[in-house]
Amino acid sequence: MTDLIQMTYRDALKEAMREALRRDETAVIMGEEVGVWGGTYAVTRGLYDEFGAHRVIDTPIAEMGIIGVATGAAMGGMKPIAEIMTINFALVAIDQIVNNTAKIHSMFGGTMRAPVVIRTTAGWGQLAATHSQSFEAWFAYVPGLIVVMPSTAYDAKGLLTTAMYSQNPVIFIEHTRLYGEKGELPKGEFRVPFGVADVKRQGKDLTIVTYSRMTHVALNAAKDLAQQGIEVEVVDVRSLRPLDWATIMNSVRKTHRALVLTEDWMTFGVSGEIAARIAHDAFDYLDAPVERMTQAEVPLPYAPNLEKMAFPDEAKVFAKIKEMLA
Amino acid sequence: MVTSTNPAVSVTSRAAPPITREMGLHWLEQMMLIRRFEEAAEYAYTQKKIGGFLHLYIGEESIAVGAVAAMQPDDDIFTHYRDHGWVLARGVDPKPSMAELYGKATGLVKGKGGSMHFASVEHHMWGGYAIVGGHIPLAAGMAFSHQYLKRDRIAFCVMGEGATNIGMFHEALNMAALWKLPAVFLVENNQYGMGTAVERASAVANIYEKATAYHMPATQIDGNDIELVYNTIFEFADRARRGEGPQLVEAMTYRFRGHSMGDPQRYRSKEEVEQRRPNDPLNRWETKLLERAWTTEDEIKQLFARVDAQVAQAVQFAEDSPFPDARELYTDILVEE
Repeated sequence: MTDLIQMTYRDALKEAMREALRRDETAVIMGEEVGVWGGTYAVTRGLYDEFGAHRVIDTPIAEMGIIGVATGAAMGGMKPIAEIMTINFALVAIDQIVNNTAKIHSMFGGTMRAPVVIRTTAGWGQLAATHSQSFEAWFAYVPGLIVVMPSTAYDAKGLLTTAMYSQNPVIFIEHTRLYGEKGELPKGEFRVPFGVADVKRQGKDLTIVTYSRMTHVALNAAKDLAQQGIEVEVVDVRSLRPLDWATIMNSVRKTHRALVLTEDWMTFGVSGEIAARIAHDAFDYLDAPVERMTQAEVPLPYAPNLEKMAFPDEAKVFAKIKEMLA
Repeated sequence: MVTSTNPAVSVTSRAAPPITREMGLHWLEQMMLIRRFEEAAEYAYTQKKIGGFLHLYIGEESIAVGAVAAMQPDDDIFTHYRDHGWVLARGVDPKPSMAELYGKATGLVKGKGGSMHFASVEHHMWGGYAIVGGHIPLAAGMAFSHQYLKRDRIAFCVMGEGATNIGMFHEALNMAALWKLPAVFLVENNQYGMGTAVERASAVANIYEKATAYHMPATQIDGNDIELVYNTIFEFADRARRGEGPQLVEAMTYRFRGHSMGDPQRYRSKEEVEQRRPNDPLNRWETKLLERAWTTEDEIKQLFARVDAQVAQAVQFAEDSPFPDARELYTDILVEE
């Protein structure tokens, strides 16, 4: 057994970047406030001092430019990490991501590669309508991209390391409310593969399919439910594209019930895709319709009580599962 | 047309090597090849052998040919979707080029790109891009990699004047100037963004003046004068190559065909197009070569015959080539790893 250490999600990400910048001279970090400031969420803090301004590059507030330049540099043989401060601002760059980054390889018949890692973060906290959104479905929709959303320090580091070795463009979506969460992980370099879900808790009565911060909500609810003798299995998909359908289906075939729990909106969101596939692929094994729990379908308001109401939480998941098993 | 240069231009650049008779004839042949290639493509389109959009470069050939002549072979080019001329000027074989238009497996990019996405990485031709302005930051990124990896290469970004009104142009120019990237932005001003005349779309009539906002050396030239294109691009590229930062050249030109196929051209009169005919860059260069006694009518006929044979072979190659295998639908989406 290798030595395990405690580390925050934030530091795990930083460590993956530090290792990448040490071993690969073509690797750079570029984005708004990644350098002198140390990252808006302090993820890159210290890297500017360690690697210098030519490798941890502060950019203008210009998301199309950041993604375009990073993609072009990747085509030129570099391994850029482009940080988009939050996923809300990724919309400003969506043409670059969808029409260039995702298409460079396929559109030119496989003759080019654009292995850029686009790090961004989801999250909320009284930031109101434009700064609190979940847009993972927008990117997971696009062939040509890898989309990952880690929930733990271990997965964050392992997936980011895999991204840094990948020849494909990766949309790496962190979560602002997870940065301070501690987790256990091995010392030194390790990888978590894309497209492999992680069963974060074993159970027999119901499967929660989830990812990112909602994994923790699911695990907390599962702990409470266990006290009442209800054993919930929690599948953290970790990657949205590619998505590990086999692990989801194996779990549902065992538990016969599924709740898809996400932080994005329901209509045309990630939960719809997962629910549809379960309903089809595990049809004969289901004892009840697949259920979904997501963010309330509203532009997020500022007021703290309203904001809290908009998201699934442990109590809501608890109640929902009781209802599903009633 | 007047050549005007903005005050930011430095005077340190070196002049281009003189144009020899051999170069002059080669340029003529390249312009002929592009012209005949596109005329053949136009015909094949009417025969429904080519689908989608087909944006012809006819009337603008002197820019690609003159500019490529001023580049180093390993300089990188990013262009817009009116890209056939750029690829052929770069020395890419017309056979896989025509096959790409036909959507065949032997095409430049295996029939997956078509007219708007010609590319050949071995020729440092990084492709035609079809979202107006979307490729400008990519070219800046390529220039960034040259600077970072200390490579003696520069990146050329070719765009239409219509692309200078979109945000990506300004973000890329700002970043390129901020970081002194080795890039040359080449604006082909053919007077119309689809059917909208420059003055109806741009608050600034002289596009090159937009570069002054970024303290970027820039100039406006007659793009149909191939010698001027060659000399100007060499000079501007030289400055970018020697670390003086990005440069911008606006080459004035005119497209003789519609925006794409099936353009009724309601936005301009037949008279206007006819008035531009004497400015055809191919004819102008032909006349100049004859005036200098660098060639003869007979030699020009022979060149045309050679080019016609080459284009006929390209068409035959495209006709004879197979469509991509059905399995190709699912290849190249991601790099397998």
